[in-house]
Amino acid sequence: MQIQSRRDRIGKIFMYIVLVIMALVMLLPFVWMLSASLKLDKDVFKFPIEWIPRNPRWSNYVDIWVKIPLGRFIFNTSKLTVIVTFLQLLTSSFAAYAFAKLQFKGRDVLFLGYVATIAMPWQVYMVPQFMMMRSLHLNNTHLAIICLQAFSAFGVFLMRQFYDGVPDELCEAARIDGMSEYRIYAQIMLPLSKPALSTLTIFTFVNTWNDFLGPMLYLTKTNLKTIQIGLRMFIGQYSSEYGLIMAASVVALVPVVIVFLSLQKFFVQGVASSGLKG
Amino acid sequence: MISRKAEIRKQLVAYSFIAPNFIGFAIFTLVPIVFAFALAFLHWDGANPITFAGLENFRNLLDDDQFKAALKNTILYALGTVPLTLVSSLFLAVLLNQGIHGRNFFRTVSFFPYVASLVAVAAVWNMLFNPAKGPVNLLLLALGAKSVPGWAADKQWAMITVIMFSIWKFTGYYMIIYLAGLQGINPELYEAANLDGANAWQRLRFVTLPQLSSTTFFVMVMLTIQCFKVYDIIYMLTQGGPGTATLVLVYDIYNKAFISWDLGAASAVAMVLFLLVLCVTLVQFIWEKKR
Repeated sequence: MQIQSRRDRIGKIFMYIVLVIMALVMLLPFVWMLSASLKLDKDVFKFPIEWIPRNPRWSNYVDIWVKIPLGRFIFNTSKLTVIVTFLQLLTSSFAAYAFAKLQFKGRDVLFLGYVATIAMPWQVYMVPQFMMMRSLHLNNTHLAIICLQAFSAFGVFLMRQFYDGVPDELCEAARIDGMSEYRIYAQIMLPLSKPALSTLTIFTFVNTWNDFLGPMLYLTKTNLKTIQIGLRMFIGQYSSEYGLIMAASVVALVPVVIVFLSLQKFFVQGVASSGLKG
Repeated sequence: MISRKAEIRKQLVAYSFIAPNFIGFAIFTLVPIVFAFALAFLHWDGANPITFAGLENFRNLLDDDQFKAALKNTILYALGTVPLTLVSSLFLAVLLNQGIHGRNFFRTVSFFPYVASLVAVAAVWNMLFNPAKGPVNLLLLALGAKSVPGWAADKQWAMITVIMFSIWKFTGYYMIIYLAGLQGINPELYEAANLDGANAWQRLRFVTLPQLSSTTFFVMVMLTIQCFKVYDIIYMLTQGGPGTATLVLVYDIYNKAFISWDLGAASAVAMVLFLLVLCVTLVQFIWEKKR
């Protein structure tokens, strides 16, 4: 018994050592980023690393707002993210209700069409899609990004899976009471589907906020750019201003960190449930 | 008569639910998909009239060095990234599924690289792994290394650098999926294993891993598809270089379409990408049917 518990203790200690190393690997790049963002360019690469700068240069965080229209970029990204997420939630849950709870001609064929496109990478049809948008004169508009991302098949699929689990009797009873389908959707189904809605919110938020290739193709005018391509442009222009680049990177991270930490519980549940469906 | 009218009304209500999403979906997704298939058999530079190409775009790919390098690198990238990410995420999940202090902290920390904006973390990596003055190489030198790798700037090391970054970025996400799988395992199985005197390694080998096989399969498929469509990581770390050392399929599509304006060729490469993903999806489909 004693040998057993001693071996257990050694195992535990070993486990913690491994975990701490893992945590350091995951976190140190962020700590280094934060530390470098408060240094002069010439001090960024000083070795051994000075983790806490002796004379923190807070002015880096002032300068970046002047050097690039960072405020504009953040505003653009927030605007796009909020609109896309809202449209995505609204249209997906609306369509999913019909797919799950209503009978109509062509329902299964339509749904199959949705499911089939989930497996189709956007990169396969991004070129014709771009040419189509260009012929509609939508390149260099935010509307293009919204159209691109607001009507995803994934959203409809996710919501329908959830509505399928809601008993049909609930809707039947409401119909007998004379409620219209729109009211059943709005007053019964929507309030019930909070977990699925929050999962979809998180996925859409992170994807839209961090999207790179889409905005890079469509938004070439500086005042339209999102934070991701704006930051990339900044890195291209001032490639040796290390302190400033790191400060701008920290600013680009902050909104996602806040959303992530406050919705962390849903994040984990959301990813987990998306994994379980497979 | 009345019941038929009611029936039509019911159908119209149903269609009104579908319409807002479907109209957007049809215009911005379905039409471009059909167009993508057609374009692979056409010549178009985006300005002059479209002409028919037949199989020419595909035949040209056979002697296209850029494409061949891209196809090879994409598969290489997937072969490197998928197994290592799988193992590291499974390993982390198993560790974090036990009653240990700071479990939530460790989970949050390992999920962090996944949500963090790619441009920002790639900028940090580029500095950390700077061949001449980055802390990683300076540390290696300080530890007594005779020569240090050139990382993203070196033909031999560029792909390894990209793969290392991808593992770091993806692990947290798949760890969460594994954690969900682990929580679905019946605890009685472990009790039975304990009664049989199984040690920790045997419990992992004979209970955990077999029970997780469907999760592992799902993770493998998702990861492989994610690797096949990689673009942004490459763009930010190596720009496809040095030479063609890290050129991948989506990079080739982008170059053919928006640099050379050979849209037919770009679509032909896109079809190759589609076939790769389709194969992986079909394998998953067949495997799930079999279960």
